[in-house]
Amino acid sequence: MTEHRAAHGGLPLSYLDDTGSKRGILAWITSTDHKRVGILYLYATLSFFAVGVAIGFIMRLVQLGPFHHLVTAQWYNALFTVHGVLMIFLFVIPGLPPVFGNFMLPLMIGARDVSFPRLNLASWYFFMAGAILVVVSLFTGGGPPDTGWTFYVPFSLKTGTNVTLAVFGAFTLGFSSMLTGINFITTIHQMRAPGMGWFRMPLFPWALYATSWIQVLATPILAITLVLVMLERIVGIGIFDPAKGGDPILYQHLFWTYSHPAVYIMILPAMGAITEILPTFAKRTVFGYKAIAFSSIAIAGVGSLVWAHHMFTSGISPFALMLFSLLTMIVAVPSAIKVFNWTATLYKGSIEFEPPLLYALTFIFLFAIGGLTGVMQGALAINVHVHDTYFIVGHFHYVMFGGTGFAFFSALLYWFPKMFGRMYSRRAAYVAWVPLFIGFNMLYFTMLVLGLQGMPRRYYNHLPMFDLGHEVATVGSWFLVLGLAIFFINLIVAKFRGAPAGDNPWGGVTLEWTTASPPPTENFEEIPVVTHGPYVFEQEGDA
Amino acid sequence: MNQAAHAHPEHRDDFGAKLGMWLFLLTEILLFSGLFLGYAWMRTRYPAEFHHAGTEMNAVLGVTNTIVLLTSSLTMVLSLVAIQRGERKRAMLGVGATILLGLVFLVNKAFEWHAEIHHGNYPGSAHLATLPPGEQVFFGLYYTMTGLHGVHVLVGISVLSVMLVMIKRGRISRDRFVVLENGGLYWHLVDVIWIFLLPLFYLAA
Repeated sequence: MTEHRAAHGGLPLSYLDDTGSKRGILAWITSTDHKRVGILYLYATLSFFAVGVAIGFIMRLVQLGPFHHLVTAQWYNALFTVHGVLMIFLFVIPGLPPVFGNFMLPLMIGARDVSFPRLNLASWYFFMAGAILVVVSLFTGGGPPDTGWTFYVPFSLKTGTNVTLAVFGAFTLGFSSMLTGINFITTIHQMRAPGMGWFRMPLFPWALYATSWIQVLATPILAITLVLVMLERIVGIGIFDPAKGGDPILYQHLFWTYSHPAVYIMILPAMGAITEILPTFAKRTVFGYKAIAFSSIAIAGVGSLVWAHHMFTSGISPFALMLFSLLTMIVAVPSAIKVFNWTATLYKGSIEFEPPLLYALTFIFLFAIGGLTGVMQGALAINVHVHDTYFIVGHFHYVMFGGTGFAFFSALLYWFPKMFGRMYSRRAAYVAWVPLFIGFNMLYFTMLVLGLQGMPRRYYNHLPMFDLGHEVATVGSWFLVLGLAIFFINLIVAKFRGAPAGDNPWGGVTLEWTTASPPPTENFEEIPVVTHGPYVFEQEGDA
Repeated sequence: MNQAAHAHPEHRDDFGAKLGMWLFLLTEILLFSGLFLGYAWMRTRYPAEFHHAGTEMNAVLGVTNTIVLLTSSLTMVLSLVAIQRGERKRAMLGVGATILLGLVFLVNKAFEWHAEIHHGNYPGSAHLATLPPGEQVFFGLYYTMTGLHGVHVLVGISVLSVMLVMIKRGRISRDRFVVLENGGLYWHLVDVIWIFLLPLFYLAA
């Protein structure tokens, strides 16, 4: 301990200053400190997010008359594939759990680190290796994959583009996700502070717990599916190839067995973060603690049994159609429970309006639209009508970007002062929200309308009847990018020049606010002893 | 790693280590379950073809390999018992025997694959293209599933080799053997998966 107590008048060094025996970048990429690993993930995922945004921006431009010939049709196919792969595998899935989970989980449960710190760092290396493979696949071989992020057979077996390498990249990324899941489950079981029973644990760790189980149970299915695609392409084992007796529908089942639960890997931790943020700014305990905790588990459970709703037009049996439609409707119930609990938490709270709350409320609004359009597609008749149209694209952007993305922004604004010890400009955060919100809805709500009118997804060209819609959406994308730029410039400036934030700028009551900002390497001087539930605010007495 | 060592001088959690290992084993089971699912579906589609292709399998080699692997699980357990009693030499002997049996398994497997390839039963061969679709899938699955299993045997051998060194250097000892226990768990899993592969392919006829 003594070597951590350097100059600061006996106070322990913060994790940012404590470089151990290494210097510069080495002190980061060899550190097993969960906070440093979290920051590594933060920088990596945000870089990929930036590239993904740039690609999305170009795709929108292409749909605008004057810029249509910016790229060829083949390149357009590559763009939507790469946009999907980057955003899903390199930003949304590894967004909240590895960044805020790594950083906050041990702090919130009163631990010094995760259960397996070295494994934690190793999973970041797996992540980077996978990411590099994906990036290399864009510039080598037959060029960037053009299959869409779903890699559907038989096209993914026939195309001459660099699918094999991209798929191997995604396979490697799976290891990172799986190892993080194993680490978090063990950490939550084993490392909670004395006195912190399961129902005294904050709800973000609960959400991470549910998420981690999906990561552990679903990711291997994707791994084996991708291995089969690689083997099919390299040696032609025949399991997905109808000419050899294989079955392409089997691929779709296996793919969605992972990739639908993956949607809950994306959204559950986002919901968990929102559940932390609302009580802090409403200054009252969360409404329906156990209902929120169990709804996370219920979403993880039921959400693993709805995958075939991606396949309603693929030709599966009528009984399966009905079953999966019903299950899809059911999964909306625990999600709605959360939304009602959030609003009830705000009711009669003494609300302190700050930027994280604004973004959290925006999350609830956008996620509600995303969720309700999801229920619409769970209905078989509507699904057949809107399948593979812009309606789907609009829907999942409301869930993934409006949901997970805005929750990520909200969490970033909420925990930024804790992570870096500095405060950003609140005004700039509000200013960024205006173009973000307007641009977001112009872009994706228009997509919902375009889809209902019949605009198919992934098309390079569109009919003149869709011109107006595409123009509105593209202009919306400009606002969105402007908002993102303001948002992140604000944070980057704050990282270097922000005023000291103090240990607890928001008056939060969970354990991460009881330590210094930025936290010392050891997290806590002494491991705290927990004597009550997580959201007890003094004004309320014993609540 | 240095940093972690002095940051957490006291932290040791054998139960946690085993919990993590069991979770990892769960992911391994699910990895193979994707293939078992594919096998189940294909066998339902092509019962006759699977039966016919199964006659080409060498059941003697398959059963021999089963005995080899089961014995290796026994030597693995004996090694764990030995280390718990503080008998280091005997523990090393047990791990060494496990590694050796693992290698015997792989050599056997190599002979078997060699024979099948010699008969022209491999993906993309001219001979296989003349067979009905279901039999082609059978051989595709055969190479994929036994191949993936073989990779796991190879990984297991590498892990156990590291453990051999760790026992020798006293890093695994009478009161610190959770690593060996976890290595053993992995080895048993590889063994269990094989027990399912045996009837699916070698006794399919």
